[in-house]
Amino acid sequence: MRRFLRPGHDPARERLKRDLFQFNKTVEHGFPHQPSALGYSPSLRILAIGTRSGAVKLYGAPGVEFMGLHRENNTVVQIHFLPGQCQLVTLLDDNSLHLWSLKVKGGVSELQEDEAFTLRGPPGAAPSATQITVVLPHSSRQLLYLGTESGNVFAVQLPAFRALEDRAISSDTVLQRLPEEARHRRAFEMVEALQEHPRDPSQILIGYSRGLVVIWDLQGSRVLAHFLSSQQLENVCWQRDSRLIVSCHSDGSYCQWRMSPDAPQLEPVRSCVPYGPFPCKAITKIFWLTTKQGLPFTIFQGGMPRASYGDRHCISVVHNGQQTAFDFTSRVIDFTVLVQVDPAAAFDDPYALVVLAEEELVVIDLQTAGWPPVQPPYLASLHCSAITCSHHVSNIPLKLWERIIAAGSRQSTHFSPMEWPIDGGTSLAPAPPQRDLLLTGHEDGTVRFWDASGVCLRLLYKLSTVRVFLTDTDPNESLSAQGEEEWPPLRKVGSFDPYSDDPRLGIQKIFLCKYSGYLAVAGTAGQVLVLELNDEEAEHAVEQVEADLLRDQEGYRWKGHERLCARPGPVHFEPGFQPFVLVQCQPPAVVTSLALHSEWRLVAFGTSHGFGLFDHQQRRQVFVKCTLHPSDQLALEGPLSRVKSLKKSLRQSFRRIRRSRASSRKRRPAGPPGEVQEGSSRAERTGLQNMELAPVQRKIEARSAEDSFTGFVRTLYFADTYLRDSSRHCPSLWAGTNGGTVYAFALRVPPAERRMDEPVRAEQAKEIQLMHRAPVVGILVLDGHSVPLPEPLEVAHDLSKSPDMQGSHQLLVVSEEQFKVFTLPKVSARLKLKLTALEGSRVRRVSAARFGSCRAEDYGEHHLAVLTNLGDVQVISLPLLKPQVRYSCIRREDVSGIASCVFTKYGQGFYLISPSEFERFSLSTKWLVEPRCLVDSAESKNRSRPHNRNSGSQSDGEGVLKEIQSTLEGDRGSCGDWRSQRVAVGYSLSNGGAE
Amino acid sequence: MNRSFHKSQTLRFYDCSAVEVKSKFGAEFRRFSLDRQKPGRFEDFYKLVVHTHHITNTEVTIGYADVHGDLLPINNDDNFCKAVSSANPLLRVFIQKREEAEHCSFGAGSLSRRRRPLALREDGPRRRTHLHIGLPHDFRPVSSIIDVDIVPETHRRVRLYRHGCQKPLGFYIRDGTSVRVAPQGLEKVPGVFISRMVPGGLAESTGLLAVDDEVLEVNGIEVAGKTLDQVTDMMIANSHNLIVTVKPANQRNNVVRGSRASGSSGRSSDSTASRHSLPMAHVLQNLPPDEMESDEEADVVLEGVLEPRLAPRPPPGSLTRVNGAGLAPSLHSPGREGSVQRLLSSLRSDPRHSLALPPGGVEEHGPAVTL
Repeated sequence: MRRFLRPGHDPARERLKRDLFQFNKTVEHGFPHQPSALGYSPSLRILAIGTRSGAVKLYGAPGVEFMGLHRENNTVVQIHFLPGQCQLVTLLDDNSLHLWSLKVKGGVSELQEDEAFTLRGPPGAAPSATQITVVLPHSSRQLLYLGTESGNVFAVQLPAFRALEDRAISSDTVLQRLPEEARHRRAFEMVEALQEHPRDPSQILIGYSRGLVVIWDLQGSRVLAHFLSSQQLENVCWQRDSRLIVSCHSDGSYCQWRMSPDAPQLEPVRSCVPYGPFPCKAITKIFWLTTKQGLPFTIFQGGMPRASYGDRHCISVVHNGQQTAFDFTSRVIDFTVLVQVDPAAAFDDPYALVVLAEEELVVIDLQTAGWPPVQPPYLASLHCSAITCSHHVSNIPLKLWERIIAAGSRQSTHFSPMEWPIDGGTSLAPAPPQRDLLLTGHEDGTVRFWDASGVCLRLLYKLSTVRVFLTDTDPNESLSAQGEEEWPPLRKVGSFDPYSDDPRLGIQKIFLCKYSGYLAVAGTAGQVLVLELNDEEAEHAVEQVEADLLRDQEGYRWKGHERLCARPGPVHFEPGFQPFVLVQCQPPAVVTSLALHSEWRLVAFGTSHGFGLFDHQQRRQVFVKCTLHPSDQLALEGPLSRVKSLKKSLRQSFRRIRRSRASSRKRRPAGPPGEVQEGSSRAERTGLQNMELAPVQRKIEARSAEDSFTGFVRTLYFADTYLRDSSRHCPSLWAGTNGGTVYAFALRVPPAERRMDEPVRAEQAKEIQLMHRAPVVGILVLDGHSVPLPEPLEVAHDLSKSPDMQGSHQLLVVSEEQFKVFTLPKVSARLKLKLTALEGSRVRRVSAARFGSCRAEDYGEHHLAVLTNLGDVQVISLPLLKPQVRYSCIRREDVSGIASCVFTKYGQGFYLISPSEFERFSLSTKWLVEPRCLVDSAESKNRSRPHNRNSGSQSDGEGVLKEIQSTLEGDRGSCGDWRSQRVAVGYSLSNGGAE
Repeated sequence: MNRSFHKSQTLRFYDCSAVEVKSKFGAEFRRFSLDRQKPGRFEDFYKLVVHTHHITNTEVTIGYADVHGDLLPINNDDNFCKAVSSANPLLRVFIQKREEAEHCSFGAGSLSRRRRPLALREDGPRRRTHLHIGLPHDFRPVSSIIDVDIVPETHRRVRLYRHGCQKPLGFYIRDGTSVRVAPQGLEKVPGVFISRMVPGGLAESTGLLAVDDEVLEVNGIEVAGKTLDQVTDMMIANSHNLIVTVKPANQRNNVVRGSRASGSSGRSSDSTASRHSLPMAHVLQNLPPDEMESDEEADVVLEGVLEPRLAPRPPPGSLTRVNGAGLAPSLHSPGREGSVQRLLSSLRSDPRHSLALPPGGVEEHGPAVTL
């Protein structure tokens, strides 16, 4: 067989391949899925977020990002930075503690796990004895106090996690040291709060859930003070000057206790229920922060009236007579307040409130009047409405870039002018070489424009198409919502809003021309909008056209959703992309493909019924073509129209479930050696031997022409090529269907001077039926040099060499199963690569990309980047269709991840790893966007502060601790090399890179 | 296979100019002869036949028995020419009344075995005015055991030929474990097995595959390490010419090496005797490897203006089903008799597909190139 007679290993080519291709997962954009813990280091100014899947993500200044993954996929419950150090401790829900550190390697910091530890109680003790509830990293940096469910406090020495038995503070010990009158009360139950004295490291505060708070002297092992409240304790805050303690309770109250060394306090100085008098929910966390002006900030979570607002997720800020309850759309995981770090400072002077909600991160500026939110430069909630599609545009011209930013800046006026307060670390990554846009379409009919040039995915501009249509939502409704009663003073914050008014508004396809500023957007109900970028606001009517794709077809009934109702009359549009044409497909099925040619001023769209071409210059429909197979009833009548189709879809979904179940325990595909990692295959294989195999069967059945949805238009493509004869080239439109048919239409576009006068004409020139009938997923025309044809206007803007029109053009048709090159104009097959027949994988995404060499500046090759249904990414050469490299990228069970993948024009790609996160990967050695950053605790400012702090108020008894501390610091300062050479104990993932 | 056989036939009877014809209608026989070099046109032949049988008023269909004993139709100049040139030496012609002919069909094994609908029939409307048979399908690839000389005796390489019929391939596969001999002893490894046959399906009708046969290769690619879904996709992607290497569950029917007939002629694996003694449903073949790919599917390219409004919705199965016989006669036009051989040779690379061309000055460039 010929394929076995391929020319063998070519060393020169192999070397070149190494210069061109490389696979990396570089960075995760967006908001971590299912966050579960928040940590903040005031000295490093770095934020940490833990997730339910065991990931720890660190964020500092824009571009400073780290990610680590625990070996166990357990929920991260707590994160604590060690004071003044590049180290943090995480607590997982399996009660294990993990020490992570940022180490400098080769000039950049890497996050890696150093140690893991599980607290062991005495033999025979109940598991609750060692179940950790609170962690207190002591400022000595070598001790960790662990509060447990049993009420005992354990001490552990860092970094080796050595349990110090003699330093443990058992509840019995505390009980014995308590004065007689407090002892009779109750058992201590679990430790709810552990805090260090703000100035004296020898004292710690221990709060027990039954309401007892004691101040414990670590040196003398005695109780210095105790406070007893009548309510269950939730949390405690110790004022900066240590004179006041504020405790919050489960009944929605908080109490202030005066710290006076002489007289024990039996009653709180003040007790209050902020949202009383009716029963309230617990206040779970409270901050009491002093300011120079005198009046403190009280910031607490929860405490809302149980009956009427018990379901809200609120954080209240009270200061100087002002009170606002920030109302979040998702559950609040945790929050912290950024305060003056310098320990010598007399006041907290809080400047920002950082709230980690389940679906977004919100930062509120506490210095500006009105407490406006701060726009985050990262951690954007991609999924504030569910993502329905995405589109990437590389190398945006500066002009368009600035106009989009200008339009976007007018939308973000409600944000605070404050600089992003979390700015630790230094980003060493070079400035992005070009400007890239990632456009995401959302379920609520919006399109969001993201700056995807660098590590931080930043929202530039948000476009809403809702205004064009009449929807159920009445704009007055929001007004009436504001007129709600004044108490509690709720204020909605954040952008996460998962509720869509109308599913038909969902965006399905996006196409942006970066040179002209034309944008085409298509949606679920067959709507196609053509928009133009306008820097001024405008009010105009949107031209409406109906495209009847079932013309001349009789007896068919659409039983799906109705089409959207367009708003009549002029509509007001804000600056930015403004729609001017609305084409509505009839029947209003989902638009499945879209192409825009800004030079010819044409937009092509396809649904499951056919496709059409629209001239948006003359605002005229050029033609429509029905692609339906007469037997395709399902496509004709819409989804779930008949019992049979319902049955069919049920059957399919069961089959899918079964399939995914079966394949999840299947071995991995055997890839080319070395390329695809086969880490787990051995284990799975051995597991398979012992496992009873489920009787999963697959029917072997050739594709027939009667399969459903054969008319579904999968791809549309404009090309200026030799369609009819080899002497004259002409504009053409190509369409590929689910049934393996390719239609080619020759277009006659009048020259620019008569563009408005003469109509655009189209006639069908070719029709290709692929015999294997697999869905056509991509069409591409290669010029005489086998380079893909440039984008429209690319040549006009001198950004691309004009295509070679001398040599003969070639047509590449990519179906799910095969790649096939045909000659043009006589469509005869030249080459093919039968991917499915060889590997059993199917093409899910394909895109032509230019791969630059990392050695030679100018050298680059055009190839196809391919994603298969197995989640592998491959590079396939053009025009010879030789597989170059293959890497496994996405888990094969991750259907939505595979479906969401987009490739860039330079060999990078994005896919959704969760509803809210894009993973960025790169196949190229040259184009690699990944965080490179440095975080160093030895930086002078951060280093000096802990020093001051301890020298400021140090008792003589602290001499030992101080000594140890300075030794540790000396270590960091002088023995940096020694540290970096140490062998890492744990499992590490630095900078989000692949293992 | 096709080519060599064709050549040998024409060479062997090169000198013989007259072809003896034995024509059968009902229980009656007529004999006459035709000129091998110049057989004439089909219309004349038709007239001659109905005249000799004295059935000028009845509409009949004419068929002939080819060398394999298959009943193949004579209804145009091409296949008439083919029938005459391949007569061996006797041309056996069968005549049926048209309405009777509805109930039987032409095709492989249709003479020698029980008559079953196959190959050239569409499942479409029952009423047909004319049985459109485009090209002589006298040399037909059939499902077979291949590569007996290179495949171990315990294994069997089977080629399933769909041959344009609408029968499903018709079997199911499943995961399972099989036992291999490894250096460290017997080892259990995951494997893919045939789990079920569809009654009446192609796989069952060939008798070459059976339930619990282990699938080792699909079109030359080992399935070891591939998932069931991957193997399924590979089989479906290769369904036009599926070659599976199996380890039969029943090892008693293995082909014994050495007793095999040489060349392309085969040995019957079907025990049912027939009067033609050529029940060639299952033959052993020994194809050179590169010929395995010679029968690639070819895509159909239609050129020219196809105004959707001018060409209304085609009747089911005409435009879309190009590998059947549906639209083939449009290819045949008067005045192209001399080019029949040329046409044949150009199309021989893919005998299964006739070309679907709508009326109206359409050219095709299609299936000539296969790689």
